[in-house]
Amino acid sequence: MTGHSDRRPNPDELLRRVQAEERRKQRGRLKVFLGYAPRVGKSLRMFDEGRRRKSRGQDVVVAALQDRVTENVSELVRGFEVIPAAAGAINLAAVFRRNPQVCLIDELAYDNPRGSRNAERWQDVEEILDHGIAVITAINLQHIREQQDAVEAVTGKRAAQSVPTAFLHAAEEIEVVDATPESVMGEARTLAELRELALLLAADVVDRQLREYLDSHGVSAGWGTQERILVCLTPRSNAAEMLASGQRNARRFHGALLAVSVEQPGIGAADQERLQRHLALAREMGAEVHCLKSADFAEAILAFAHEQRITQLFLGHSLRARSPVERLIHAAEDFDVRLFPHPEVK
Amino acid sequence: MSRRGTLKIYLGYAAGVGKTYRMLEEAQALRAAGADVAIGYFEPHGRAETIAKTAGLEFVPRRTIAYGGTQFEEMDTDAVLRRSPAIAVVDEFAHSNVPGSDRAKRWQDVRLLLEAGIDVLTTMNVQHLESLNDQVWHITGVRVRETLPDWVVDEADELVLVDLTPSALRNRIQRGVVYASEKVHRALDNFFAEANLTALRELAIRHTAHEVEEKLVAPRREERILICLTAKPASVNLIRRGKRMADYLQADCLALHVAVEGAIDPVVERHMNFAGNLRIHTHVEEGSDIARVIAEFARLHHVTQIFMGRSGPRHWYQRFGETIVQQVVRLARDIQITIVAERRR
Repeated sequence: MTGHSDRRPNPDELLRRVQAEERRKQRGRLKVFLGYAPRVGKSLRMFDEGRRRKSRGQDVVVAALQDRVTENVSELVRGFEVIPAAAGAINLAAVFRRNPQVCLIDELAYDNPRGSRNAERWQDVEEILDHGIAVITAINLQHIREQQDAVEAVTGKRAAQSVPTAFLHAAEEIEVVDATPESVMGEARTLAELRELALLLAADVVDRQLREYLDSHGVSAGWGTQERILVCLTPRSNAAEMLASGQRNARRFHGALLAVSVEQPGIGAADQERLQRHLALAREMGAEVHCLKSADFAEAILAFAHEQRITQLFLGHSLRARSPVERLIHAAEDFDVRLFPHPEVK
Repeated sequence: MSRRGTLKIYLGYAAGVGKTYRMLEEAQALRAAGADVAIGYFEPHGRAETIAKTAGLEFVPRRTIAYGGTQFEEMDTDAVLRRSPAIAVVDEFAHSNVPGSDRAKRWQDVRLLLEAGIDVLTTMNVQHLESLNDQVWHITGVRVRETLPDWVVDEADELVLVDLTPSALRNRIQRGVVYASEKVHRALDNFFAEANLTALRELAIRHTAHEVEEKLVAPRREERILICLTAKPASVNLIRRGKRMADYLQADCLALHVAVEGAIDPVVERHMNFAGNLRIHTHVEEGSDIARVIAEFARLHHVTQIFMGRSGPRHWYQRFGETIVQQVVRLARDIQITIVAERRR
């Protein structure tokens, strides 16, 4: 195997896509407003969107409300038909009977009372979508399950209710409700950290949507909006420095760190061991590690870099005259090549 | 010394996402809270909902400038300074003023307001950032002409993302909210194609996250990046890429041109000016052995990373025709060297 992979999806993958596409056509569209802290204004934005859709003639109802809302929000809510909750949960039967085009659902992260049809509100939303009804909803960062450790590290608190990130990934649209911390209540640094987390989460969701869009339209875009760093490890490279630098770079750009080695025939036992140590270090530092097999080092690296949409390639300076480094520099048209000093060879 | 005004930027990723609307909403809220707000410049683009948001706000009359037989209207910076509101609303931060204006760029006008202690609310799109110019071109095929140096945006006290999903934006365009109807289809097929918008949106979100992070992390100045400038057009790309890298890695950034004959090529002069405008410290050294001068300069200035463009096609075995890159690589084995790709479309 080399770094190449067939770009065409296999039949199973195609079938899965077609089926997903079919489901999507029948399902209602899901739109989620994402805030980074309470009172950032996401409910207001959600109801405002509902108001605008209504003014364009769409049939919009409210199916879930928060207990406490600001004056601005409650004024907006007055303009909608509300389907009241039943036994502390969304009245799904009533929603299906009413069968609106669009359902507004505030407070997505919510545990239904025991004995409800679904344990959590986002599952109710799934059912509403399955009935072909569009849903607009709002959620704060601290309620996203996979973000809760990070949020707790910042705030020291953990919200009891949560929604899986997969739910967000399934949304057709996710919109960030941003505001500067001074307009939100809380400690400035904490808020800034939450804000950054929310923005990065949104960027990842958007990046995924972009990839899906490009894949489904058969576009193999060589460009990306994210920095992707590939560290090439050889037995003699200065792995620690290259990886540390790659890690810092990836962190600062919120990009991806990959490490790669090319298994070449005739490598000695000592070199083999050194290479294994380097790869282990790469894994330890959080790099996505790939081992390629090829007789042609430069060719394998190039193909892999293209496939992985690499933007920066880290290589060790070679002391040899006839080195693949030269070839890589010449062939690298859409990524930068960064050469690292070689550890002293005595 | 009097207080400098604060700068708040509403950042979007395309025309029509609602930057001006959000800015005016804030201006209205401030006015309702009793603040002295005036509009220094507002671009209505014929959008009714946005225009309605200016109701009750005071406008400082614009200045008319004749150029090429046409009358252009620009912000009357002197009039805004005389009026001296607590808060000035100035749309389109990246705008280039018509020739004959006192300053070439609106952001320079805004700096004058800030220096006079006036708080400013303004708008821009992420693609107006100089450091993203090549990336945006690569993604969209559009070379954005109105750019502003990143440091101008970094200096802002607040940056707020104005987000809208691409499908919502395309709906708005379809409904004729953003552009006049005859332009709609062309817009949707070109710049406003879904993939373009999604990519630009991701850039805007990431840039906002970056600005938030910059205010959180203590600066470290452990790295120094040296950009090697030549007369090649790719130098511009090299400068942007090197500076962006330096900004993200919190590194000092220097640029060097090695003049072989003493006299400096006017193209190099332009590149040096461009680098200087981005707040890169530029240097010129004389010498005939270019690679040696670069390596020595790098050591003397404790450079940790040298940025170079690719040399033309040559082969490693042409010992005497070794490219500059090859020579620097050979002479500076103790320094990291980055060879920047041109990233053609």
